[in-house]
Amino acid sequence: MPSEPATATRPGLTEQLKGGLDAPICLTWEITYGCNLACIHCLSSSGRRDPRELSTDEAIAVIDELHDLQVFYVNIGGGEPTIRPDFYDLIQYSVSRGVGVKFSTNGSTINAERAARLAGMDYVDVQISIDGADAETNDAVRGTGSYAAARQAMDHLAHAGFGPFKISVVMTRHNVEQLPALEALADGYGAQLRLTRLRPSGRGAETWGQLHPTQDQQVALYRWLIDRPGVLTGDSFFHLSALGEALPGLNLCGAGRVVCLIDPVGDVYACPFVLHPEFRAGSVRDPGGFAQVWRHSELFIELRQPAAAGACASCGSYDACQGGCMAAKFFTGLPLDGPDPECVLGHGEQMLAGVAAGAAPSPGPGHSVPVTLSARRR
Amino acid sequence: MPLTTASRAADAPPAPTPPAPASFDASARYRLDPQVALRPEPFGALAYHYGSRRLTFLRSELLAEVVRQLGEHESVEVALAATVPEPDRPAYRRALASLADSRFIVAF
Repeated sequence: MPSEPATATRPGLTEQLKGGLDAPICLTWEITYGCNLACIHCLSSSGRRDPRELSTDEAIAVIDELHDLQVFYVNIGGGEPTIRPDFYDLIQYSVSRGVGVKFSTNGSTINAERAARLAGMDYVDVQISIDGADAETNDAVRGTGSYAAARQAMDHLAHAGFGPFKISVVMTRHNVEQLPALEALADGYGAQLRLTRLRPSGRGAETWGQLHPTQDQQVALYRWLIDRPGVLTGDSFFHLSALGEALPGLNLCGAGRVVCLIDPVGDVYACPFVLHPEFRAGSVRDPGGFAQVWRHSELFIELRQPAAAGACASCGSYDACQGGCMAAKFFTGLPLDGPDPECVLGHGEQMLAGVAAGAAPSPGPGHSVPVTLSARRR
Repeated sequence: MPLTTASRAADAPPAPTPPAPASFDASARYRLDPQVALRPEPFGALAYHYGSRRLTFLRSELLAEVVRQLGEHESVEVALAATVPEPDRPAYRRALASLADSRFIVAF
């Protein structure tokens, strides 16, 4: 921590956050594995609902607990969260308990009436996902018709006077060049652009190799973001900070320290990108509920210990990038104390070349809808 | 070390371009914005503004205390005099000015 003055008796904020907080700053809550799309990079391999998903009463109890822990807001996703019949009741309840809601949707269920309902709610933010500035680019990843559906939802929100909703884009090799067009699209709606990093998680494990941005594109993205501090990133590109000036945000991996994930069946994971038994900390259904998992799970306690820089120890950029994303390393078969597979200095690429085929941990099929013969015929 | 750290970790919208910075007047009475919640933490407190969706770290327990009780004093100076040792007051004045800029605290 070279920037800390000698007089400081307290550890720096980053160090303190690494040690974990009494409760998350915010958390991601995927409320269903059901989805009407089958995006090829879905980080939760969603498709079918799970019969064990939290009931409405159980979901209400989770919200009550988040209220008691003073979690200021929750990122609700899925699957497609709006297909749960109790979706609007749950978000309304959450807001009434002081737990603000930001939810991610593909937009397909946001008709004029629902847009008006959302416009009437305080402390609800809406994020509509598209992964390209045109139907061709987007639909190649998210499925036929998904771009049109998302745009229609944006139109409905704009007409309803919702205010500045967010347009959320996962950066891929095929849309980095569309940043100006995506920015113009957001500006046209008075919306906020939000860019996040593609992870090799869920179905993304199979497609990451073809979809992740090239090194040149990463540099271009970094420069673009440095010039636009107003573009939201959910702090997901901190590995790019090794290129120079740090991007705005906390610039650390918050998994199990300041963030976590609750999945549709109530299992608690370190972050939304590591749906794998190795990163499952417990369940909100366990005795003691979520707070017990957050404060006492062995996994989270371990994640809050000072991390070894491992293979990155001799790299002068480690302080800037902190070794990158744990999930990206895990699902590409790299050691967790080694470089990020997208290390901007190329260390990850070198190591990836040494990972034997099939050696990376598999996220499994998750809740993907099996491709059947009859579906293929159509 | 500054006593507050603003963060966009909350994925908050960017700070609105400051409309002619409402000048902070330590002789006036301020209070916590009703849309702000404070959560105690070992380093002080997390402050979250439900309106602007912005998050700020109050990096001392004493600052969190001052902010929490600000509205009970007739002015910022009186609040500081009641709680903060004199040599530390300039740093606290700066921290409060920054919180006023970002509307975490507002004049009555």
